[in-house]
Amino acid sequence: MRSNPGEGPFEVAPHPNPLPSKRAFTPVFDGLCGERERTARGAALMDLLYKIFLDPFVQMGAAPDLLVQTLWEGLVAGVLYSLIALGYVLIFKASGVFNFAQGIMVVFSALTLVGLYQLGVPAFLALALTIGVMFVLAFGIERLILRPLVNQPDIILFMATFGLTYLLIGFGELVFGGEPKVMITEALYLPKGAIEFKILGGFVQLQKIDIAAAIIASIMVAGLAVFFQKTRIGRALRAVADSHKAALSVGISLEYIWVVVWFTSGIVALATGIMWGAKSQVDFALEIIALKALPVLILGGFTSIPGAIVGGVIIGVGEKIGEFYWGPLLGSGIESWLAYVIALIFLLFRPQGLFGERIIERI
Amino acid sequence: MNAHNPAIVAKGDTLLSIENVSLAFGGVKALSDISFDIRKGEIRAIIGPNGAGKTSMLNVINGFYHPQQGRILFQGRTRAKMRPHEAAAGGIARTFQNVALFRGMSALDNIMAGRTLAMHSNFFWQLLRYGPAMQEEVVHRRRVEEIIDFLEIAAIRKTPVGRLPYGLQKRVELGRALAMEPQLLLLDEPMAGMNLEEKEDMSRFIIDVNHQFGTTIALIEHDMGVVMDLSDRVVVLDYGRKIADGTPTEIMANQKVIDAYLGVAH
Amino acid sequence: MFYREAGQFKTSYAADQAVFPLLQDRIGIGVILAVAFVLIPLTGNSFVLQAMMIPFLIFSLASIGLNILTGYTGLISLGTGAFMGVGAYACYKLTTYFPNVNIIVWVICSGFASAAVGVLFGLPSLRIKGFYLAVATLAAQFFLSWCFIRVPWLYNNNSSGAIEVPLRTFFGIPITGPNATPMTRYFVVLSIVVAMTWLASNLVHGRIGRMWMAVRDMDIAAELIGIRLLPTKLFAFAVSSFYCGVSGALLVFLWYGGAEPAVFDVNQSFFILFMVIIGGLGSLLGSFFGAALIFLLPIVLRFLPPKLGFQIHSAMIDHVQFLVVGTLIIVFLILEPAGLARLWSIAKQKLRVWPFPY
Repeated sequence: MRSNPGEGPFEVAPHPNPLPSKRAFTPVFDGLCGERERTARGAALMDLLYKIFLDPFVQMGAAPDLLVQTLWEGLVAGVLYSLIALGYVLIFKASGVFNFAQGIMVVFSALTLVGLYQLGVPAFLALALTIGVMFVLAFGIERLILRPLVNQPDIILFMATFGLTYLLIGFGELVFGGEPKVMITEALYLPKGAIEFKILGGFVQLQKIDIAAAIIASIMVAGLAVFFQKTRIGRALRAVADSHKAALSVGISLEYIWVVVWFTSGIVALATGIMWGAKSQVDFALEIIALKALPVLILGGFTSIPGAIVGGVIIGVGEKIGEFYWGPLLGSGIESWLAYVIALIFLLFRPQGLFGERIIERI
Repeated sequence: MNAHNPAIVAKGDTLLSIENVSLAFGGVKALSDISFDIRKGEIRAIIGPNGAGKTSMLNVINGFYHPQQGRILFQGRTRAKMRPHEAAAGGIARTFQNVALFRGMSALDNIMAGRTLAMHSNFFWQLLRYGPAMQEEVVHRRRVEEIIDFLEIAAIRKTPVGRLPYGLQKRVELGRALAMEPQLLLLDEPMAGMNLEEKEDMSRFIIDVNHQFGTTIALIEHDMGVVMDLSDRVVVLDYGRKIADGTPTEIMANQKVIDAYLGVAH
Repeated sequence: MFYREAGQFKTSYAADQAVFPLLQDRIGIGVILAVAFVLIPLTGNSFVLQAMMIPFLIFSLASIGLNILTGYTGLISLGTGAFMGVGAYACYKLTTYFPNVNIIVWVICSGFASAAVGVLFGLPSLRIKGFYLAVATLAAQFFLSWCFIRVPWLYNNNSSGAIEVPLRTFFGIPITGPNATPMTRYFVVLSIVVAMTWLASNLVHGRIGRMWMAVRDMDIAAELIGIRLLPTKLFAFAVSSFYCGVSGALLVFLWYGGAEPAVFDVNQSFFILFMVIIGGLGSLLGSFFGAALIFLLPIVLRFLPPKLGFQIHSAMIDHVQFLVVGTLIIVFLILEPAGLARLWSIAKQKLRVWPFPY
């Protein structure tokens, strides 16, 4: 992927910066060993500083097509993070439950879809059936978990969704088997292959499925926004999010709202599962990826739908850029924690998230 | 309890003085240009209609909010920006409008927690729960038991406070504040939501605290009867401004106060 | 009837402030200690010791650590696994550099390394609360997990990337490494766990414990009675991470005998969190209950069916195990959200008034 992997920073000739580190390499006094050592150490430090603060930008300037490619990949990853985060936000808004199982719902829905297809069910019937399964799941969760736990502290509900995670893992593996599966992209008429086009003196490759994912995600977000803002159920949802008791007192049925909202986030999970499954494969390793949605939530705030989208894109892009340009410095793999650290630093300056309101504590 | 403490400020002198304090949240002015003082040993009531800024005033006094303008002198010293725990160390204790007890702990532990500042045994003795740590525990338990006796809550000392009825919770909260042996005790609506009998008990405790221990008390209360009976001087706030300051009799006769409470015909 | 305090008069505040003011409790603790130190070693075979008792005790210790943070101070942490890992790797490095120092000293010292890391990652807790803090601790979890894989110095540049526990002796008896018998290791683990539980119980019953609980129950009120929030929270992070670090070191040195980075991944953190929640937040006894249920139950699930004559495929058992653990978590939360510790105190109350209902 990288245009000039073997070359060190000094080969990037056209860079206008005088590069102080270059000068440091010339020993000043040949006879003084300590001096030379010191200069060498200074040179190493300058080199490191150069690698951290300048080199990545030099690379970006040198190969803009790679930068565009990286940005695009970050964007796509970000959209998928946003979708998972959206599932969390929906449930958190309406029931105050931090649904740890959202990640597993993604896997479970995708698994159900593929599993049904493998049993010989036509693809679109399988899709419809999966939606049905998600409804049954939402109904079951409301009846068996949420209702008995009404009025418990948040952490208890949080733990209950942990239990739900294990339950779904066990159930999914029991029914469909634990081995990874391939998403049925063709049968669902999802596009395959890639578009390549020339830009800034290089090629950028866009996977069609990624484009589809971005479009579908946008449609879903727009739909949800309308649903939340314009419909009667949407208004009820917002009321429930503010206060359970107050909502009950004006005659909103919590049970009904919860089923609706868990079902909606089940649908979101299914869409995410299809997209993600098409990019990699369907197995329970996705669960860890779903945890990536947590920093997204922090950036965007737990209750903001636009926040989830913007946060997702920031995390996705930040992560890919960081890994690609700064990762080699640290021995790569920093993608696994970079998102969390970005979120953590962000939190220190804005504890309420990007779109959250300023927290005023009342006593 | 406080009797042996060397009083830094003599009875009757100014203990706390608020000078031209203004506080705003964004564009909303909660307090504007308020000045009054609290004298050592008195019961000072702060009254006013809902939203007048009474609780904000208490929050400013114990350092929870920082006023944009004005200054506060406590025991004759100008107070710089102060965190609540520093105010506590300086001798300001507080109860809350909505009971703010440590719900997971017993009444005894709540009041013992009020003595945290007075306890100093180090971590290693704490680990062993022996020697100085245990002696300290016993010494302070004795003090706490005095407060428990005083507030007549001996029967519930080991009950988790979450299970206590509201009136008793308020009493435990008062106990926790008393355990700090404060110079100045801020009571935010200590009688809200109580029935007559409970109010009478609470009034008795407040007077006793004031008389027996000489504790200075600042009190927010809505029940005018209670305010007029208990307090030495009253300050009245309305829409974040001070509209009157004086003895209960003066306040009752003050036309501005009557207007603030009953409204003015335009 | 069986558990009555009637007739036990306390004549001093010292007696009333004791950790176990009731005679029955003191007898109970004595019996448990006797069983643990005498009965189990006498009757248990090496399977019971190696596969059940040792890990159960180690996980109990980790649960106590997390309980100090989450149960007593109210700070949710999802980084327990990583803090355990810090302890394990610190112990490994220490004993590599100073092989002649007694390993038990290093196991304890590794807790300090973990405490330091815990304090560092606890710093955000000043501004961040609740679930936000949980995500912040996930940053610690993933960053440290990455370090365990990517920093070869931590595992002595070993080509396998795993740590191997060397042989270490205590007065000539091997206590770590392949030659140590389960019995010796059991006694070492048991002694450390009992001692540290005792110390933790002293802490939580005294001034420091009250400060933690005050911060947990209402941080604003805590501040207004003079408790400084950040030092108190950081101290909880330090003590909690210390316990987790020691348990991590024990896990590798006295149970596994070697470890890969995967041992300390995010699932380990969740596992410990289950124990704390199921056992009961804010209860040391609950930590043991939780560890017993969450750790021992899968073992029973694994070994019971063959004993009863059922033959089940091992992959199937894995699935069923997930299913059962998940169901149990939900069922327990619904039946008793305050955890097994609350069930225990209800049971005690019932015993107290037996044979009358109240």
